[in-house]
Amino acid sequence: AFPKRVKVVEVGPRDGLQNEKNVVPTAVKINLINMLSETGLQVIEATSFVSPKWVPQMADHTEVMQGINKLPGISYPVLTPNLKGFQAAVAAGAKEVSIFGAASELFTKKNINCSIEESLERFDEVMAAARAASIPVRGYVSCVLGCPYEGKISAAKVAEVSKKMYSMGCYEISLGDTIGIGTPGSMKEMLTAVMKEVPVGALAVHCHDTYGQALANILVALQMGVSVVDASVAGLGGCPYAQGASGNVATEDLVYMLNGLGIHTGVDLQKLMDTGTFICNALNRRTNSKVSQASCRL
Amino acid sequence: QESQASGLPEYIKIVEVGPRDGLQNEKVIVPTDIKIELINRLSKTGLPAIEVTSFVSSKWVPQMADHKEVMRGIERHPGVQYPVLTPNLQGFHSAIAAGATEVSVFGAASESFSKMNINCSIEESIEKFEEIAKSARNMDIPVRGYVSCALGCPYEGNIIPAKVAEVSKRLYSMGCYEISLGDTIGVGTPGSMKRMLEAVMKEIPLSALAVHCHDTYGQALANILTAIQMGVAVVDSSVAGLGGCPYAKGATGNVATEDVIYMLNGLGINTGVNLYTVMETGNFICTALNKKTNSKVAQASFNTGTI
Repeated sequence: AFPKRVKVVEVGPRDGLQNEKNVVPTAVKINLINMLSETGLQVIEATSFVSPKWVPQMADHTEVMQGINKLPGISYPVLTPNLKGFQAAVAAGAKEVSIFGAASELFTKKNINCSIEESLERFDEVMAAARAASIPVRGYVSCVLGCPYEGKISAAKVAEVSKKMYSMGCYEISLGDTIGIGTPGSMKEMLTAVMKEVPVGALAVHCHDTYGQALANILVALQMGVSVVDASVAGLGGCPYAQGASGNVATEDLVYMLNGLGIHTGVDLQKLMDTGTFICNALNRRTNSKVSQASCRL
Repeated sequence: QESQASGLPEYIKIVEVGPRDGLQNEKVIVPTDIKIELINRLSKTGLPAIEVTSFVSSKWVPQMADHKEVMRGIERHPGVQYPVLTPNLQGFHSAIAAGATEVSVFGAASESFSKMNINCSIEESIEKFEEIAKSARNMDIPVRGYVSCALGCPYEGNIIPAKVAEVSKRLYSMGCYEISLGDTIGVGTPGSMKRMLEAVMKEIPLSALAVHCHDTYGQALANILTAIQMGVAVVDSSVAGLGGCPYAKGATGNVATEDVIYMLNGLGINTGVNLYTVMETGNFICTALNKKTNSKVAQASFNTGTI
């Protein structure tokens, strides 16, 4: 049986835009988030308090955080890679933060130049500061169904890292199929292992559609009781590991499926599509959402 | 082993509809020799069934005007079926004369769609198919039945599962060995797929059912997964996702064979098909058509240089 309600976590403004080639003006980012706030989405990942040297797209994090309309009942988490970022985020008005771990040693080394163990130790400081400030922390685990460098990733490893992050105090663990190679088979195997260590109510899935498998993978996760799903409006965000390939699953396509299953999301699909149209025009690109593609011509 | 433990079929038959359903819905008219080469390449991938062409009047479907030449021109690999569409008795005889050894007939679960598509009611179309089925039976030619609009109709909107079951049963009773249930405009979701299959499975044995999902709303793989979880073991798809949607301009149509196989491989389900050779074939036809592939697996694989 499927969950009756699913919380959709919108990652377009952060994960989506971060992986788009064109740098988006601050005003456009703010308008995007404001439009998303009108769709019924309860969680919108706004930006990343990372050094602009590393991620130029997110250089305006403070302006974005201060510039958006923060509607009551909506959460606007931001990424914080370290204590400095956390402090800057809180100073800019953030009320929820996210930290990023990975289930692959090689990925962690290439990405942030340290081991998984070391990366989690760095977050100890963030966790302590967050606890002191009563700021909830969401934990991401990357490469849960495969790694661009290591290839296959064991389900046990994903469970181990997830457990660590949950024990550190993350209220939710978002399991990311970073390169989209997972299938319903590997999703099931991975979730079975993770659910032994982390309660299913604290789990989310973050599927990439690089191999077209995202909705099928999400379906399996729902069947296993997961009720939080990450997605990106218009499927913003390519895959940095496969040039020209797609990345995030499109929020419109996800909501279409959930609507068809009679699962409540609170999201207005038409308003979501309108938001997707806005950002695609601003980015001068076509949407990655099939629902959007089909609907605009009917 | 893996698929058994999960209750999924151990083997799934993939019916490749690219050369017919795919090309029929592509704008560019494809030369006969390209069609033949496409089919010959597909024959080498391990696909057990390849829908070759349609013996329909060239007035209606110019893309399929070369049906005789294609039928006669292709290599016939042992163990591979090469069905062709036959909309009426005349088309059936023409197909047999050209060497066809299996045919398909197309019904619909929607009266409006039937009227708009083939200019007659469902009942009238069934009567035509019964003529074909009778001749086919006399000649030991297997007949596959398609039911369009199984999860929704571009004119009528919602289609009730009972209607799909009724039309399927008529086709099965007249002798179709397999019924392919088509989500013609791709509006279906796992919810509507489940309800429709539950109704149809009351009338038709599971082993005689196939699903033909369109990916117009990105739901195809999720819908196919739902079907195979219910025991369906035959899936239609189109190499490179050839074939747009005639009802939503610019939107996609058929689900890509590559993406289906990728999912089934990941589930430990045997198909007998070599994904890499299908991707190469997809690359061939997309180059010939001067278009980008609709297969995400192909897009991702050719860009990283890995499979």
